[in-house]
Amino acid sequence: MDNSAFKIEDVNVFYGDKLALDDVNMEISPKAVTAVIGPSGCGKSTFIRCLNRMNDLIPVFRIEGKIKFNGIDIYSKDIDVIDIRRRIGMVFQKPNPFPKSIYENTAYGLRIQGIRNKSKIEKIVESSLRKAAIWDEVKDRLHQSALSLSGGQQQRLCIARAIAVEPEVILMDEPCSALDPIATAKIEDLITELKNEYTVIIVTHNMQQAARVSDYTGFFMMGKLHEFDITKKIFTAPSNKMTEDYITGRFG
Amino acid sequence: MSKIMDRKTLNRFYDKSFFLIGIFATSISLIFLLALLLDILADGMGRLGWQFLANYSSRKPEEAGILSAWVGTVWIMVLTGGIAFPLGVSAAIYLEEYSRKNWLTDIIEINIANLAGVPSIIYGLLGLGLFVRLLNMERSVIAGAMTLAILVLPIVILSTREAIKSIPPSIREASYALGASKWQTIRNQVLPSAMPGILTGVILAMSRAVGETAPLITMGALTYIAFLPASPISAEFPYISFQGLFDAFTVLPIQIFNWVSRPQKGFAIDAAAGIIVLLVITFVMNAFAIYLRQKYQKKIRW
Repeated sequence: MDNSAFKIEDVNVFYGDKLALDDVNMEISPKAVTAVIGPSGCGKSTFIRCLNRMNDLIPVFRIEGKIKFNGIDIYSKDIDVIDIRRRIGMVFQKPNPFPKSIYENTAYGLRIQGIRNKSKIEKIVESSLRKAAIWDEVKDRLHQSALSLSGGQQQRLCIARAIAVEPEVILMDEPCSALDPIATAKIEDLITELKNEYTVIIVTHNMQQAARVSDYTGFFMMGKLHEFDITKKIFTAPSNKMTEDYITGRFG
Repeated sequence: MSKIMDRKTLNRFYDKSFFLIGIFATSISLIFLLALLLDILADGMGRLGWQFLANYSSRKPEEAGILSAWVGTVWIMVLTGGIAFPLGVSAAIYLEEYSRKNWLTDIIEINIANLAGVPSIIYGLLGLGLFVRLLNMERSVIAGAMTLAILVLPIVILSTREAIKSIPPSIREASYALGASKWQTIRNQVLPSAMPGILTGVILAMSRAVGETAPLITMGALTYIAFLPASPISAEFPYISFQGLFDAFTVLPIQIFNWVSRPQKGFAIDAAAGIIVLLVITFVMNAFAIYLRQKYQKKIRW
């Protein structure tokens, strides 16, 4: 079967001499939500940052194995990193809007592609903000600073900003960990909405969140993928003892 | 019981006395600055006026003015900034964003930090040897400005690097994650956010350059000239002229230095008036730097 969005084959990741990911194999389905859970320092952030080559920014980072995106190894030499990052969007742990207006934040990804057509940009900005379920809250103040928004609104703006460049995948690295429960609920609704159009991969600390939003769940510990299955099965009948101990709160 | 009381009184006494020592230390520097200002104002205020600004220096103290000096200072200031800003900022961007960490960049970094501490007269010797003699620039405005630009370059580089470092990595990540190249990220995110810090550093570097005397005297700037560098703008075609770059010049600190070394009482008054003008220029520049910092700090919050 090769309709997987990502096919991760025998991946090892090192930071200097330290092994951060240990022989990870995984297939991620398109247009579904895949959650990655595990205790702190288990490698789940490292894992998700491999998928859009964000780890390239770390000088001591080294990777072995293959990560195939639509069948193409994203770490092969003739790959354009910039193109990969445009097609695989990312939302970060802490909302990180640019110190610019709401409109300019959403339009940034288009402008760096050299798109100048004003009406086209306007249209995409509006549709992206709508898809991120924030349009109604910001439509009257598009030209105010994005930093005037609340944390939850900022995070939805960051999602809109990622959507605007029309990616195929949206990676989310603990997108709700800096938000209150109400803002979290809104983002979770949004994630369920987004999977109709995008492949979503979400790293989360919060097991209930993984259970609520995801179709598949992977459990990482100490750099190893211990179990990867349908979410329902992971949370009701895990086949791995370690997974069971973790999700029942025996450690973590 | 009484012992505990003593301890408490003693602590309170230490507290109070350190407070007083602090006030004393602070006021000493303030008092000296104030005394200096008052003394200079009392001496030089009478000489200040349109004539003083519009006359060249003269044998007669009452007729002497600082026209060539302040025009020279403005020339030097603009050119030094114009040379040091692009060079310093580019070097800082390279070191901060592009260079790989290895022994070569380590050496470069250590040397830049060291250069900031080299006595300014050494830069004067460099200017004399390199620009005036080797490159045959004579004792021109451009030679002086290049000497001072090299002098302030380490300051500009260091302050720019600090400004770039203070940009949170999350902003870069956000930009990269949207498919921006390195240069797009620097151009659109890093530089605009770092600009207030960079500008503050540049202005402070320039107010340092404006007050420098030693390197310019070493490279041979004249102490008395009765003409101005050719104006850069003219009414006739081609409107812009670079002739002035190669003319001789003097600057305020040199003019002041020249006057205070004269025996006549009148020149001491001229010197005081010149110092007032120089102080006003540096105060205005520092105020501008503070204004910029305040203005942008309000705009950018993380």
